[in-house]
Amino acid sequence: MIMWIKGLPRIFSVGERLTLIPADSTAGRALVTVIAIMTFLATLTGGSAILVREASRDWSATAAREMTIQIKPVSGRNAEGDGKKIAQALQDIPGIEDARLFSREESARLLEPWLGSGVDLGELPVPTLVVVKLQSASPSTLTTLKDRVRQISPAAVVDDHRGWVQRLERMTGALVIVALMVLGLVLTAMGLAIAFATRGAMAGSREIVSVLHFVGASDHFIAREFQRHFLRLGLRGAAFGGLASIIIFLLSGWLTSRWSADPAGEQIEALFGQFNLGGSGFLTIGFIAAMMAMLTGHISRKVVYRQLRRVG
Amino acid sequence: MCGDAFLVRFENVGLRYGSGDEVLTDLSFAIARNSFQFLTGPSGAGKTTLMRLILMSLKPTRGLITLFDRDTTTIAKDEITAIRRRIGVVFQDFRLLDHLTTYENVALPLFVQGREERSYRAEVTELLKWVGLGQKIGAYPPILSGGEKQRAAIARALIVRPELLLADEPTGNVDPSLARRLLRLFVELHKSGTSIVIATHDLGLMDQFDSARRLVLGEGRLHVYD
Ligand SMILES: Nc1ncnc2c1ncn2[C@@H]1O[C@H](COP(=O)(O)OP(=O)(O)OP(=O)(O)O)[C@@H](O)[C@H]1O
Ligand SMILES: [Mg+2]
Repeated sequence: MIMWIKGLPRIFSVGERLTLIPADSTAGRALVTVIAIMTFLATLTGGSAILVREASRDWSATAAREMTIQIKPVSGRNAEGDGKKIAQALQDIPGIEDARLFSREESARLLEPWLGSGVDLGELPVPTLVVVKLQSASPSTLTTLKDRVRQISPAAVVDDHRGWVQRLERMTGALVIVALMVLGLVLTAMGLAIAFATRGAMAGSREIVSVLHFVGASDHFIAREFQRHFLRLGLRGAAFGGLASIIIFLLSGWLTSRWSADPAGEQIEALFGQFNLGGSGFLTIGFIAAMMAMLTGHISRKVVYRQLRRVG
Repeated sequence: MCGDAFLVRFENVGLRYGSGDEVLTDLSFAIARNSFQFLTGPSGAGKTTLMRLILMSLKPTRGLITLFDRDTTTIAKDEITAIRRRIGVVFQDFRLLDHLTTYENVALPLFVQGREERSYRAEVTELLKWVGLGQKIGAYPPILSGGEKQRAAIARALIVRPELLLADEPTGNVDPSLARRLLRLFVELHKSGTSIVIATHDLGLMDQFDSARRLVLGEGRLHVYD
């Protein structure tokens, strides 16, 4: 009688679907853990790749809008005078926001970490610097600028940071490729783990599968049941893993924003940007996690279907 | 689809398990549409084996089996599924799923066909009441008695209104009066057009319906008494 009452909600609850593959607790939990770890690694990798790419985009945008002109000290010429003239001349070129001579003192401060304080730069062959800020790095502005500089001083070298930007881009490109490779490896490992788990679950459910066959279930139907079962495990694992990495990113964002109060933090921030993943980053994490869950269901269905075909 | 008068036809069928002796030798017989037969013979004679051949869970080592006009040696998987939906089976060891309630076990053949629960709920409860399991609807098989499991297994076989019903010792675990009731159930089903094969060595049961055809297995061979 009590059993019957207990059974009631299961019989008459609408919308709740039978679970034909019983949730085998130990193996299921192990798989959820594996999927959680894999999702954590995958989303961490993906998120970091996005962070690096965004930071490098910031750097190169800033770098591309800046130029330095070096005037090397050549005997018979007044480098500082040339610098002044150049800075003056460049102000008038359209597209240039600002051109400024780096004073001796500023250069000295720049070199202080290497040379120590109180060094008289006049005794050293240190080039004079003019820092140019561009409104836009249009080619015509650049050619006009280069022509003007060459007219004033043949010893001046224009560095438009292009080489540096290119190297930066190549490096972040390489980092993104590495991230994709790690992602690929993680996915492969997870695929294998799921395939093994599915086979294990099938072996454990052999009796169920055979009964299902006898009562007229198609392979298709049985494969879908397994898919449903594993999708549920996948969703759970992916949710854990995705949440963990979201927490990591939020935490590191919060920590770096606290650090940036002190000078070391400022340097970190200058290097890596704010550790803020931003909406699109978190969306990507959600997307990767959802992919992992779907992949779990998909792979298990494929494996079941193939096994059933083989058994005949 | 089935114009033939026969649902099952065996021609010179032999079967051996692995490399052992032939359990069944040179079986030739047919099961007609809307027929009733007992399959009998001593324990180990091969009754269950014969049923497994009909269910295509075993392949004959030689000979030809035709099911619903289809040669089983060339049959495709989808067709096997379709044919199994026309056959109801009561296994000797029941083979209920332990993690499903009695209700869910009985509804399983309809569920795997993708039918909506609403469409069969009343039918399943009705049948369960009929076999005397109205109070056990929500119970799980491990706590059912042998006879209750047997009735659940029978209900699961009947729920699809099969064209062919294979019942392996369907009264082996019930008292004589319930056995009589179950037999009446099978006879009713037969009258409504289902072909019935009941494997049993219960002579008393067979005597209650002595106009039925008898297929007797002994030493690997089949003798038919019409
Ligand atoms: N899977 C198997 N592998 C090997 N031998 C088997 C297998 N199944 C059955 N046998 C043998 O085949 C013979 C027939 O078995 P089967 O189960 O068909 O007999 P039965 O007539 O159903 O017996 P019972 O009345 O006891 O149920 C027996 O000798 C049995 O040992
Ligand atoms: Mg048997």
